[in-house]
Amino acid sequence: MRTTITVNGEARSLDLDPRTTLLDALREHLKLTGAKKGCDHGQCGACTVLVNGVRINSCLSLAVAHDGDEVVSIEGVGTVEKLHPVQQAFLTEDAFQCGYCTPGQICSTLGMLKELEAGWPSQETAPGVKPALTEAEIRERMSGNICRCSAYPQIVAAIKQAAEAMA
Amino acid sequence: MKAFTYERASDAQAAVRAASETPGARFIAGGTNLLDLMKLEIEQPQHLIDVSRLPMAAIEPTADGGLRIGAAASNSQVAGDARVRAGYPVLSEAIVAGGSPQLRNKASVAGNLLQRTRCAYFYDTSKPCNKRQPGAGCSALEGLNRNAAIFGASPACIATHTSDMAVALVALEARVETLTPSGEARAFPLLELHRLPGETPHVETHLIPGELITAVVLPPPPKGGQTYRKVRDRASYAGGLASVAVAGGNLALGMVAHKPWRAVDAEAALAAGASPAEAVAKELAGASPLGRNDFKIPLVARLAAAAIGEANGRSA
Repeated sequence: MRTTITVNGEARSLDLDPRTTLLDALREHLKLTGAKKGCDHGQCGACTVLVNGVRINSCLSLAVAHDGDEVVSIEGVGTVEKLHPVQQAFLTEDAFQCGYCTPGQICSTLGMLKELEAGWPSQETAPGVKPALTEAEIRERMSGNICRCSAYPQIVAAIKQAAEAMA
Repeated sequence: MKAFTYERASDAQAAVRAASETPGARFIAGGTNLLDLMKLEIEQPQHLIDVSRLPMAAIEPTADGGLRIGAAASNSQVAGDARVRAGYPVLSEAIVAGGSPQLRNKASVAGNLLQRTRCAYFYDTSKPCNKRQPGAGCSALEGLNRNAAIFGASPACIATHTSDMAVALVALEARVETLTPSGEARAFPLLELHRLPGETPHVETHLIPGELITAVVLPPPPKGGQTYRKVRDRASYAGGLASVAVAGGNLALGMVAHKPWRAVDAEAALAAGASPAEAVAKELAGASPLGRNDFKIPLVARLAAAAIGEANGRSA
């Protein structure tokens, strides 16, 4: 099926088998291998990308269903010359070891900060209260991204630092 | 994944028409549960009708002071809606207790209601399961059934419904609006959407094949406090062992039956002046645990009594 998706600001037209997930379209068809295939079942979060600004698991989404959508993967977040504040914070805080989950962690962070700004609650948010970027909120809101190296304390620190840098 | 054809529905009428005319057709919205099961070849639709872009995602006030939630609204959108948080906090709390943020951003309201069980034997295609293969037998009966139902199970199936959102919606006495395959709109209580397993556990709802859920409608917020409490093996992003939704005098239990369980015996006892613990004990008198899930009896007893107390505190 002919499908056009804007990926990192560029319209890309693909002829896809309907079975192709958004993750496979990015990795296998567009050779954007930043988003990772960890579990391929929505459990690990390594495939997290932003679709129309919202974070989702790209492994649990059909590419043909994203015709006309705007997708941002880690390749569209920053450049080697000009890192995004979240990328810089992950480096500064040493928020990874093997790095496999990191593209997903960073895309997830970007989506999470927007959700927080919009006042979306998590299970850590008291009823009727606008959520704040506390450690408990960060941990809860990032629970869809697994880090097998368990760099969680550094990831939390990086997210705090990035949020301050972006404020 | 088995091959299938795909179409994007132009409107809801066209969607139900396509569903009734195309063999092996299924609706897809967020797809977070359906695609997972398709990868495992537990679900093998021949045709997918994408309803995610139909104009069914709005959350609007109703004339009687309730709220109409479009079936295609994302779980996150509902949980974050200011009117939901103010008037129906139990619903917002239930939604954010389920899945991960990424899943909630993609999953639709109707998809959440129609998600399949997480029973390990339903997922294990090397073992018999009456849901996957009617008549094959239930592996969970003699197997790892720690998370099995304690209410309403049958010798054919002891699986539980795993939605958090649906438990809150049942406590709130939500109604479901649908479009039948012949294109007619109908509405009925959400409590009547899901079936108990009986001898046909593969038939999970009372929907007509090809019927499309278009909205969930909430009555005006109930008087009294609301809360949602869930117990699971880890603190976040895990299916529940048991949950409870309290909305005023209404009580619903999750992960204890093949459907969200409205605790009518407990509600009646509460209305008659029983203490929360006494009321919940009345409900649990009707439970049938299987051995490995016996722990759900004291768990639900304490959880539900604590939740009722918490909701009462919130209404003060």
